[in-house]
Amino acid sequence: MDRAAVDAKIRELAEPFNKKGIEIKEDTTFANDLEFDSLTVMDFVAAIEDEFDIIISMNQQAEIETYGQLVDAVTKLQAD
Amino acid sequence: MSRGISQSDQPVERAGDGTDLFSKFDGIIALREGLLASGQEDPFNLVMEKVLSPTRAICNGRETILLGTYNYMGMTFDPDVIGAGQQALTDFGSGTTGSRVLNGTYQGHRECEDALREFYAMDHAMVFSTGYQANLGIISTIAGKGDYIILDIDSHASIWDGCAMGNAEVVPFKHNDIEAMEKRLRRIPEGAGKLVVLEGVYSMLGDIAPLKEMVAVAKKYGAMVLVDEAHSMGFIGENGRGVVEQAGVIDDVDFIIGTFSKSVGTVGGFCVSNHPKFEIMRLVCRPYVFTASLPPSVVATAATSIRKLMHGSNKRAHLWENSKTLHKGLKDLGFELGTDEPQSAIIAVIMPDLEKGAAMWEALIKGGLYVNLARPPATPANMTLLRCSLCAEHSEREVAEILAIFEQAGKQVGII
Repeated sequence: MDRAAVDAKIRELAEPFNKKGIEIKEDTTFANDLEFDSLTVMDFVAAIEDEFDIIISMNQQAEIETYGQLVDAVTKLQAD
Repeated sequence: MSRGISQSDQPVERAGDGTDLFSKFDGIIALREGLLASGQEDPFNLVMEKVLSPTRAICNGRETILLGTYNYMGMTFDPDVIGAGQQALTDFGSGTTGSRVLNGTYQGHRECEDALREFYAMDHAMVFSTGYQANLGIISTIAGKGDYIILDIDSHASIWDGCAMGNAEVVPFKHNDIEAMEKRLRRIPEGAGKLVVLEGVYSMLGDIAPLKEMVAVAKKYGAMVLVDEAHSMGFIGENGRGVVEQAGVIDDVDFIIGTFSKSVGTVGGFCVSNHPKFEIMRLVCRPYVFTASLPPSVVATAATSIRKLMHGSNKRAHLWENSKTLHKGLKDLGFELGTDEPQSAIIAVIMPDLEKGAAMWEALIKGGLYVNLARPPATPANMTLLRCSLCAEHSEREVAEILAIFEQAGKQVGII
């Protein structure tokens, strides 16, 4: 799957968690812009992991702050 | 009195343009001040002036029933336990002033480890200075770079800190969700080391893990399994070995972590294991090596208490009765509880929010009852909980008294 396809899929998965309907751009942050708390992060990450059949460990999550970084990471993980 | 946290936040004047490193705590400072401004008695600054028994103390000047001390088996005032501690204090002095691997292993530390090996019928036992350090040390040491730790998202802080201290990849799964755990195990790269970390009883809601299924899944994927049984020792399972025993999987578990600060009634932590190479932990586990060992009196009280817990079946039965009576009573009064049925000696009463929870806590303490106020981030799903932990020494009459205090406080605060 190329980056654009990964992006489209993650956008779809993020929708139910984006309660305030905030516009998601490459530099949108999960903690500040989207106000994801730790439980939301867990459910969102689980949804992505199940969709792409990958593991995003907490160590990797710590490096991901923005939406663009997440798409990059998932694109790489699912290609491996 | 803890003067440090009683002080109000002082404005900080600093030379140069450096930031005050404490500014990151402004949020919690404001939350605390807001709560106390209403005249609320501080739930995190309670002083026990006198302890009368495992179930009663004088707290902030009032005689209080203790229902939040994890003193499950009521061993803190057992005459044999106290006697052993006094004798050790006389014979071996007040402290060891040394690490277990240097001058800090006395006869009593060995005897305490012998008692644990017998209690669990396992080959190896290693005593740490606290339960927190046992998790911190074992988890951070055995799971290294390139290994994977798969753990329940509601794990205790000591487990998370053990993960943070090590270099393994950390992969949490949804609380008690067997399928979510299996999916993560399945996706781990071939050849990587795997450690599954579970708890017998989860201390916030008092619910137990489906260990029979979870341990089987972990073994299917070749993972080692560590189970924290801090809240079940002495009480759950035929011999009080914990939920692993009750679920019939104790032989499939690689490590059991426990503590002396609950059923055993003193302080300290331990790990028991049948792993043939386990003893090497004593040399490579930093939270074991780089700290002073427990005082001789503490290990003497622990060893005596552990041996008495082996024969505690009557007490176990009475504790279950207490747990059932309190659970049913609170449910009948209309309180929302953490579990539908009592699963352990912890009963969590769910509060609508922190303000109501704090008000309820205050009404209870003024009515003569101590429970734990638990709030985020320690709690799952950002809940505010009043956590009750029963003791085998609570009498039937005391449990009735507890329910009456709860009823009065609940009506006063408007929760029921």
